[in-house]
Amino acid sequence: MVRREVVGAHYGLRDWLAQRITAVIMLVYSAVILSVISALPRMDYWQWKVLWQTPVVRYATVILIASLLFHAWVGVRNIYMDYIKDPALRLALYVLTIGALLYYAVWSIKILWSA
Amino acid sequence: MSRPRPKYLNLLQIRLPVPGLVSILHRVSGAVLFLFIPFLLVLLELTLDSPAGFQRFKSVLSHWAVKLLVIGLVWAYLHHLLAGIRHMMLDLDYGTELPAARAASMAVLVTGIALTVIFAVMLW
Repeated sequence: MVRREVVGAHYGLRDWLAQRITAVIMLVYSAVILSVISALPRMDYWQWKVLWQTPVVRYATVILIASLLFHAWVGVRNIYMDYIKDPALRLALYVLTIGALLYYAVWSIKILWSA
Repeated sequence: MSRPRPKYLNLLQIRLPVPGLVSILHRVSGAVLFLFIPFLLVLLELTLDSPAGFQRFKSVLSHWAVKLLVIGLVWAYLHHLLAGIRHMMLDLDYGTELPAARAASMAVLVTGIALTVIFAVMLW
């Protein structure tokens, strides 16, 4: 007889922790970027462009984007798991959401590097 | 003596306690922020495109409907952030007693709305 034990998929703790780490990263980024923007001497196109061209801002923003998209994935997936009971529909939404998030990742990198 | 169960499954009849309200709004605001990622990327792209794009961003933002939308998103962001901080406090075992949990939830709700009102006044 095969003994089956329900033990889950074991990604709960990892995602729980990742959700908090990414949240803290976004919190720190928000505080810093808002202070930097409000400290700009003028608010015109050139100031704005120089800000986003600064390497430290660029790389910090890449880390922000990675955190944001992973955080969004965990959150949205949890919402689907709670409300979408049909496995086929849920799978379709997973694929659609992952696709959208990857698209946003490429798009935002493109915005940053063409700035 | 058995009481009729389940008591209420009609969402419109449930009087949600403040921590419950903050919790469901955390979920709703998170979903809203996710759905509006492309909108924010379009705006960022516009501001960095060219001086003309930067001006166009300003004129787009001067429309009342766009202002309302941005104010809504700022509320979603603030509420999600504040409720998230409360979540991590609870993880660290701060404020888990009922009175403290209620007070902190009320603080999250009120602070989120108050900061949004300040932002709205500055934007308008």
